[in-house]
Amino acid sequence: MITEDLRRFEVDALGRLRAAADLDELRSVEAEVSGKRSPLAEAKRALGGLDPEARKEAGRAVNEVRQALQAAADARRAELEGAARRATLEAERLDLSEHPRRRSGHLHLVTQARDHLEDVFVGMGFTVAEGPQVETDFYNFEALNLPAAHPARGMWDTLYVDLGEPGTVLLRTHTSPVQIRVMQATEPPIYSVMPGRVYRRDTADASHTPVFHQIEGLVVDRGISFADLGGTLEAFTTAYFGRDIRSRLRPSYFPFTEPSAEYDITCVFCRGDGCRSCGGTGWLELGGCGMVHPNVFAAVGYDPEEWTGFAFGFGIDRMTAQRHGVDDLRELFSNDARFLEQF
Amino acid sequence: MKVLLSWLREFAPFEGDPAALGDEMSDLGMAVESMERIGEGLDGIVAARVLDLRSHPKADRIQLVDVDAGDGEALQICCGAFNMAVGDVVPLATLGTTMPDGLEIARRKLRGEWSNGMLCSGRELRLGDDHEGILVLPEGTAPGTPVTDALGLQADVLWDLEINPNRPDAMSVAGVARDLAARVGVPFALPAPRVDEVGADAAGRCSVELVDPDLCGRFLARVLDGVAVGSSPAWMQQRLTLLGMRPVNSVVDVSNYVMLELGQPNHTYDLDRVPGGRLRVRWARPGERITTLDDVERELAEGDGVIADGEDRPIGIAGVMGGASTEIGPDTTAVLLEMAWWDPMTIARSSRRLGLRSEASMRFERGADPEAVERAALRFAELLGADGATLAPGSVDVRGALPSRAPVRVRTSRVNLLLGTELAVDDVRGAIEPIGFACEPVADDLDVVVPSWRYDTATETDVIEEVARHVGYAALPTRRPTSPVTGSLSERQRLRRRLRSLLAGLGLSEAMPSPLLAPEDLARVGAPTPPVLLTNPMAAEESALRTSLRPGLLGALAHNAAHQITGVRLFELGTVFLPPLPGAGPLPAEPEHLAVVLGGEDAHAAAGVLDVLVEALAVPGVDLVTDEVPGLHPTRCARIEVAGQGVGWVGELDPDVLAAAGVGERAGWLEVDLDRLLAQPHGERSYRRVSRFPASDVDLAFAVDEGTSAVAVERTVATAAGDLLESVALFDVYRGAGVGDGRRSLAYRLRFRADDRTLTDAEVAEARAAVIDAVTSTHPAELRG
Repeated sequence: MITEDLRRFEVDALGRLRAAADLDELRSVEAEVSGKRSPLAEAKRALGGLDPEARKEAGRAVNEVRQALQAAADARRAELEGAARRATLEAERLDLSEHPRRRSGHLHLVTQARDHLEDVFVGMGFTVAEGPQVETDFYNFEALNLPAAHPARGMWDTLYVDLGEPGTVLLRTHTSPVQIRVMQATEPPIYSVMPGRVYRRDTADASHTPVFHQIEGLVVDRGISFADLGGTLEAFTTAYFGRDIRSRLRPSYFPFTEPSAEYDITCVFCRGDGCRSCGGTGWLELGGCGMVHPNVFAAVGYDPEEWTGFAFGFGIDRMTAQRHGVDDLRELFSNDARFLEQF
Repeated sequence: MKVLLSWLREFAPFEGDPAALGDEMSDLGMAVESMERIGEGLDGIVAARVLDLRSHPKADRIQLVDVDAGDGEALQICCGAFNMAVGDVVPLATLGTTMPDGLEIARRKLRGEWSNGMLCSGRELRLGDDHEGILVLPEGTAPGTPVTDALGLQADVLWDLEINPNRPDAMSVAGVARDLAARVGVPFALPAPRVDEVGADAAGRCSVELVDPDLCGRFLARVLDGVAVGSSPAWMQQRLTLLGMRPVNSVVDVSNYVMLELGQPNHTYDLDRVPGGRLRVRWARPGERITTLDDVERELAEGDGVIADGEDRPIGIAGVMGGASTEIGPDTTAVLLEMAWWDPMTIARSSRRLGLRSEASMRFERGADPEAVERAALRFAELLGADGATLAPGSVDVRGALPSRAPVRVRTSRVNLLLGTELAVDDVRGAIEPIGFACEPVADDLDVVVPSWRYDTATETDVIEEVARHVGYAALPTRRPTSPVTGSLSERQRLRRRLRSLLAGLGLSEAMPSPLLAPEDLARVGAPTPPVLLTNPMAAEESALRTSLRPGLLGALAHNAAHQITGVRLFELGTVFLPPLPGAGPLPAEPEHLAVVLGGEDAHAAAGVLDVLVEALAVPGVDLVTDEVPGLHPTRCARIEVAGQGVGWVGELDPDVLAAAGVGERAGWLEVDLDRLLAQPHGERSYRRVSRFPASDVDLAFAVDEGTSAVAVERTVATAAGDLLESVALFDVYRGAGVGDGRRSLAYRLRFRADDRTLTDAEVAEARAAVIDAVTSTHPAELRG
């Protein structure tokens, strides 16, 4: 049975363990209360002199005291360690709202639009072709059924370059010369889009810049018809502009296509109801398209009886500026950080 | 081309909603740019006689006008126009009137003077664009008459149509009516002019010698007598005005009216001023001169056509403008009328060269109708006959080279192939016969005779376009082709996207400066010259093609600096243009460059961007060779070399260049020729097993001459360290005490590790010794203690 001395010792020891102010004090109290000279050790030693029955009972009592002291020490240790950790971490507290701002860079609006356009067409089974920006008259005009002195050449105000014979080397006025290069380089079937930078002899104003960007599409295969053109543009329109935006074709004239068409889309602002942006018509003019003219095929040596095709093209800058409410195209090329970082 | 509903109705009985008719015209390719209802909403506007004109005591731009609006009382109006005189009859919007634009007329005070209504211009009444002054009504109009009665106005609809170059037929009211009538299914007819022919036969009074038949396809001359030049009737003036032409006199107005109605431009000569009535039609001789109707003396060139008189003096530029010497005047009585068909290319060239684009030249260059000339002459005589002029019997009619009218074979199968339709031969025929294409069936196909008013149409495909137009684009089927091609981007295209997103991730925004600039812009920043020049630039600042991306990005930095924005970090991925190498053809080289400018940052920051690019592209062995190049900071600049090939420059922009551009901070700079860089081996990333054994690190510091680049030392370290070297990094650079002048300490951390074992101290020591030996024997360098 437990002695009064041991009971007193236990109460006292537990009190000291629980009151230890820090880990050092806890360690020394622990050593004292469980050391060889502690009443607990003495009680344990005294067990040997007891008869078996009493020894069993006294042994249990000693053990209970030992376990109680151990548990109290462990609990206090955990308390003290927790407090120490909290103190350490508190010392390194940060106010996250004070962090120095990092800015992401921004891709140019035209690049973003071009990438998106390319992605839609790649998904529709098109490759992306490119060509030089300085071109010969042959690629920019002649091969596109615009022989020298063709009155329709006046549709493009051309910047000429001081290379080669005078008036034969120019800054391409549209991406269409890439069509010719692609057809010269490969045999049908061709399903390609051709984005790129083009130039016009034009004074910059809110709706014109002398340097701008177009994307052009060309499909040449057996049995390609105007119906395929309409279907392709319809599919593209929905994929790029959204489900409720439709396309329509209206008769038009381009020397390199016949039949030719204007390509309109449902006004993206009023969704077809008619508003200021679309002049009340519910439609926005996007670009031109048509069936590849037999003379264009002749220029690249394709047999128009075997192959038919369609082409389409439109300006990227105006389309994307309009979508984002940028009312002056010159802003696109101002390179003002306040503009670039908005997109 | 503008058209009026009432005028269209003279050729076909159009009914129904004008907006719906407009939609049909748009769908036929004659896009309606605007539609205006006119002669409506003019209630309350009456004729008023001007009684007195006085200046406004307090305003210069307003005068006080007293008018009589029919009750004999003087009514004071404030008016901003000064074109009328006492006695003129003008339109007055009375108090309470709502104008066509919605403006309500009320009694109001202008600068202290009462205005009891508003006098109206033609535009305010929606009667044309004339806003120069108040519309003066015909003499004798009684005050108080409603203006609609005074002008014989009826409600009408005016459309402005956009006509494509391949629609010569749609350059006339009758032609638009023909197309629209076919679409809406009403009969179309050209009324026959009613003209009596009297007097001496024209054939004896004039002659036409067609010297050059390739210039002129047809020349019909007729003579009118008893011409008295006056003013044309109000209804004609009104139609001309609405269609955008200014009334001049009875002869000019009839001439224009016939052109607008039938699409046939025409010209009138004072017969008495053409010696012998003899005309010669021929090519101009270079240097020949003529004074045209606008009293400008012009020099003709090869390729212009002229009408010369019997003495071979030019009296007109074919199809472009008549001459002053034979102009109709007040004393003209006999008129020689020219109805001709000119070679379209000639007119296009001539009018462009002379800067004389007119309603006539626009029609001739699209190709007029050579068979319309008789009807047009009769219509001219009919209209001028109302003024007492008479048409002389007989005519002179000569023909030159005209386009072929041979039938075009149109295969139904080809129609269906091109349009994706399943039309029967009769459907094809039904689409084009109503617009004058004569069809002769040949088995399943058609032989089609193109009407004379469709100069543009000559081939099977041309005819198929007409079929499509009249079937209706909206009615054509659509279908989505199945591409047999795998859609993809090229390697370069994917790479560009990767580089762009990397750079954006580093906080750089993408700029797009113009590739067109002034040659000095290039010289100023030390970019390669001479550049490729434009021959017809809009401005000197846009007269050269860039040879470097430097001027553009510097300009962007300067633009931002001018708006107090500093620390701007930009990149550009774009083409530069270098003059072609000898024998390389006429086109310039167009290498693709990548450039970076870091406002407020130094050369090290720029080199850091290069590190990221090199790693992203997996370019092995990039050397930075200390060098100088114009435009860059002379002591903070290195040439980027890959396998001994220069591929670009990294460093900072020259402080003087920055200062001259108004940039007040440093700017890190990087420009790489991607074509050259990517021509070198890159992108190889072979897998190496990741070792599970511990590493041994060795730090070595060398005192190295300033002339030796850190990259060169690093390269020696890497080579000498052998296969066990896992990585090497420059972790400290120190200049100052203990290193010596002209030297700096470069400290490298070498990490050794084997794939298959823990390295022994002896192995590491051996490698360390080899590195020290190699560096100190290869470079002016010594190991620091």
